[in-house]
Amino acid sequence: MTQPTIPVPEPDEASKPFFDGAAAGRLMLMRCADCHTWRLPARQHCDVCLSDRYTWEASSGRGHVRTFGIMHQRYHPAFQVPYNVTVVELEEGPRLPTNLLDVANDEIRVGMPVEVVFERHEDVTLPRFRPIREL
Amino acid sequence: MGHPLRGAAAITGLGMTPMGRVYKSTNELAAEAVAKAIADAGLKKDEVDGLLINAGITGTTGGGLTLGLQNYLGLRNLRLLNHMNAAGSTAAQMVQYATMAIHAGMATHVVCVFADAPLKEGTSAGAAYGGAARNPQRPRGMAGLYAAAGYFGANTPYALAARRHMALYGTKQDHFGIIAVGQRRWASMNPLAQMREPITLEDYHNSRWIIEPLHLLDCCLVSNGAVAVIVSPARRASEMPQPPVYIHGMGQGHPGDSGRAGSEWETETGARFAAETAYRMAGVGPSDFTQCQIYDCYTYTVLVTLEDYGFCKKGEGGPFVEDGKLGPGGTLPTNTGGGELSAYYMWGMTPLSEAIIQGRGHGGERQVKNDLILVTGNGGSLSYHACLILSPHPA
Repeated sequence: MTQPTIPVPEPDEASKPFFDGAAAGRLMLMRCADCHTWRLPARQHCDVCLSDRYTWEASSGRGHVRTFGIMHQRYHPAFQVPYNVTVVELEEGPRLPTNLLDVANDEIRVGMPVEVVFERHEDVTLPRFRPIREL
Repeated sequence: MGHPLRGAAAITGLGMTPMGRVYKSTNELAAEAVAKAIADAGLKKDEVDGLLINAGITGTTGGGLTLGLQNYLGLRNLRLLNHMNAAGSTAAQMVQYATMAIHAGMATHVVCVFADAPLKEGTSAGAAYGGAARNPQRPRGMAGLYAAAGYFGANTPYALAARRHMALYGTKQDHFGIIAVGQRRWASMNPLAQMREPITLEDYHNSRWIIEPLHLLDCCLVSNGAVAVIVSPARRASEMPQPPVYIHGMGQGHPGDSGRAGSEWETETGARFAAETAYRMAGVGPSDFTQCQIYDCYTYTVLVTLEDYGFCKKGEGGPFVEDGKLGPGGTLPTNTGGGELSAYYMWGMTPLSEAIIQGRGHGGERQVKNDLILVTGNGGSLSYHACLILSPHPA
């Protein structure tokens, strides 16, 4: 029997620049061309000013842990419990659901600075994050 | 002069099915609850002229109530009909819209009904709400980031919210546990409750993690069942068989979540808006309540809601509940039937049904002072909120 794989998204037309960017090592966000508010893709309208004019711009890839949980419930066979489910708030403002890598579950803290790393799956690349370690 | 809706209507009928692993269709469950409510109110079926319907999770997953319930029930005189969904806030909202319609002369006796049957024979309670994890289709687009992060079920956002509160305010795991233990004590006095075996704080800590910081005993039950409530004009209520439970105030609040910096959805809920509206309408404040029936999909929901209603300051919900004041014998009896954590999970109908039982003085050994009752409902990920202020006394 093959090892179950995690359910990775299939890019659609709207999210293609995000997933193409991830494959190239960039975390692409949408930004309103009128009020300049950043948003997580993919939506046609800015939720602040309702403008439908936007650009795709790369995020710094840095942010902090907004909040997190440690999952123990086996919802899906590909996830080895316990694992962290984390919401990262990027420097640009948008928050996204992700997992932290390279950190023990009991070392994760709200507010911890993190940076993006890209995790390659078969045909799609996902943004994950790891703590920014002070040198 | 008072607000025109203050005391304009009353709850005159209540019908409930058995709760839990009751394997019937949602139409069958709803019909049983509606028939009981109509009999309870001393009405004939043809006198019902309003029907508001709330399907539970089966409204999304399949098999839920639809507008077709009207014909299943054979209601032929409806002047008000809708199928409503604002998640766990819907029950309170149905009573709100019923009150407004009655006040406006659009309807007289409005049935508000909730039914759900997510439990199937041989499946776990968790499976009923964990749908995304079993979806064989590959998720499309950005929404797929959730599943790809193992972000599943309603448990996840509530764990994230509770964690944020703990980090900001020093709220402790014990605070959540004290809520769970207190509510189980209430449930032990409720013959309708699914879980009546008392638990200790140690049992709470020993219950398995679902997603830290939520233990199993932080999470609500999953139930099949139905609840129907009838709202009538206040002037008619006093001549009907049951002690009327008058509606003194109501409010809603839905601040939404921008998904970016600035949103505080985890710790500041729509209850703040709802409280403002409802307190103004009823002419009351938090110190006036003799009991609360607070939506409790998770222990944390109770804590954050009490803060947002001004029972204590923001962030002080933990210390506020620490002395056990919400439990039996406490100074703020809350979720006196055991709530969704220990009694039954009928979305917003859980707190509402217990408020009606208490408002009538039918709580038996768990009856507490009922002069002013706060009933709340919230849903989504703390996204939607509505409340009622109820009393056995006319306004």
